Amino acid sequence: MTALAVNALCKSFGGLQVTANVNLAVEPGERRLIIGPNGAGKTTLFNLITGEIAPDAGSILLFGQDITRVAHHRRPHLGMARTYQIITLFGNDTILRNVTLALLGLSPLRWSLFKDLDHQHELVGRAREALARVGLDGIADRPLAQTSYGERRRVEIAMALAQDPKVLLLDEPFAGLSIDERREVRQLLNAIPREVTVIMIEHNMDVALDWAERITLLHFGEVIVEGTRAEVVANPRTREVYLGH
Amino acid sequence: MRSGPRYAAAVAALALLVSLPLWVGNTYYINVASQILLFAVFALALNVLVGYAGLVSLGHAGLFAIAGYSGALLLQAGYGHLVANSAALIITLAASAIFAALALRSTGIGFLMITLALGQIVWGVAYRWASLTNGDNGVNVTTRPAPFGISLANAPSFYFATLVVFLVALASMAVFVRSPFGASVRGTRDQALRMNALGYNVWLIRFLAITFSGFWAGVSGLLFVYYNQFVSPQVSALTASAEVLLMVIAGGTATLFGPIAGAAIVVIMKNVVSAYVERWNLVLGVIFVVIISFMPEGLVPGTVRLVRWAWQTIRARPAATDAQPIEERRP
Repeated sequence: MTALAVNALCKSFGGLQVTANVNLAVEPGERRLIIGPNGAGKTTLFNLITGEIAPDAGSILLFGQDITRVAHHRRPHLGMARTYQIITLFGNDTILRNVTLALLGLSPLRWSLFKDLDHQHELVGRAREALARVGLDGIADRPLAQTSYGERRRVEIAMALAQDPKVLLLDEPFAGLSIDERREVRQLLNAIPREVTVIMIEHNMDVALDWAERITLLHFGEVIVEGTRAEVVANPRTREVYLGH
Repeated sequence: MRSGPRYAAAVAALALLVSLPLWVGNTYYINVASQILLFAVFALALNVLVGYAGLVSLGHAGLFAIAGYSGALLLQAGYGHLVANSAALIITLAASAIFAALALRSTGIGFLMITLALGQIVWGVAYRWASLTNGDNGVNVTTRPAPFGISLANAPSFYFATLVVFLVALASMAVFVRSPFGASVRGTRDQALRMNALGYNVWLIRFLAITFSGFWAGVSGLLFVYYNQFVSPQVSALTASAEVLLMVIAGGTATLFGPIAGAAIVVIMKNVVSAYVERWNLVLGVIFVVIISFMPEGLVPGTVRLVRWAWQTIRARPAATDAQPIEERRP
């Protein structure tokens, strides 16, 4: 069964069509790269898939279940997690609390008034494990304000992985990172278990080309080219749209 | 809380509060203390929204007034204190739910404007629907309740009753702040979109925070009506909403003790300083300007910051080493 299927999805902001009849079919465990120049509608596509914004037309299926009308906040409970291109974390809290909040979001405990969150050892323990997976367990108790940009990127990824998603959406996880930091993030991504379907947006084609199994090229909200790595690179339209010659 | 100096300070504060009628003596000042405590409950209630949920309401006096009027009118209709108070709180919860459903169509300035409008509607009803609310003349409450046979007619006994309610309110706030639900509410303040993406129902979390806040605003409204044995449209006016918001901001938002300090300042200005200075509003204004200029985070967190800074400066002077930057974080 297809992990994530997007059928004839459309979205316009006023007169500007940012998602034009997009079709996607991502198989379970697949590594899919979505590339495209600035303004191609990559992040909008993610926002539609995660339910942050509603589509004008079309449907979204998660493992065969139609989730087009499922509320934004219900989709993580169905196994969907995402990271943001612009780092979106809880700046007043520690690294550990950020990841704990990610776990709490899927726990019925989040409604509890008569418990002390700091004493939820099982939850906090799982948060520490998730931080260990991204190599941040040593600085788990550090306030987020005292962390570097690269560390915050890894916190973003740790929060998504902590939720144990079936489908993981990564929005430019390499943006703004140094070469060393990129290598670290790359190792993190390689360590994601094969059961997890991963879809990554990347603006810069070279960064994640060898990571991807299939690549979708978006341009002005439309799917221009789709196929294996070799097919997409060899396609003349890729060169035309993306490389500009 | 149980660690050394903090625990000692809490015990000392409690001892001071419990023994207050003894060392204050004068009935007038005992009444001022009762007012501080009941407005502190109101400010704590608003702080749930302003401090922890990041939703600034300018209509909270409306909820305060709905509880007060409901209680007063039911008492006037001949119902007992228990029935009148319970019904008043249920009505306030229902009103909070309506406030929430309407105001949560927006956040930020939009939320503020909708709550302001809702508060003005309550004021309009209190002022103009004279057949129900007796208009400008207000509603008299002839008796105070006598829980467990203890009459609350005199100032010290009413003070103790208010103190008990205040301590329960404070304890409920402490529980709320530490709870997973409290963390959820603060999360919606800091990153609403991210919270939805993590699986939190942001709308429902905010809705519940507003009703929690509305409940305690209602409790303080009932205390106020019993204190004055009278309720008039004035309690629902915009100035009343602004006053409690000033208490929260001046004392320190998103802190447990800030709203209490804010309530103390405003009530003392209104009742005590006004006896000596005719333009007490001016004094209050100057105090607020000073607080906002030198302690933009509020009086309580600001004082904590200054004390820590002074302490570290004194300790660092002989050695003149490892002076660490002070991190002030909101809980």
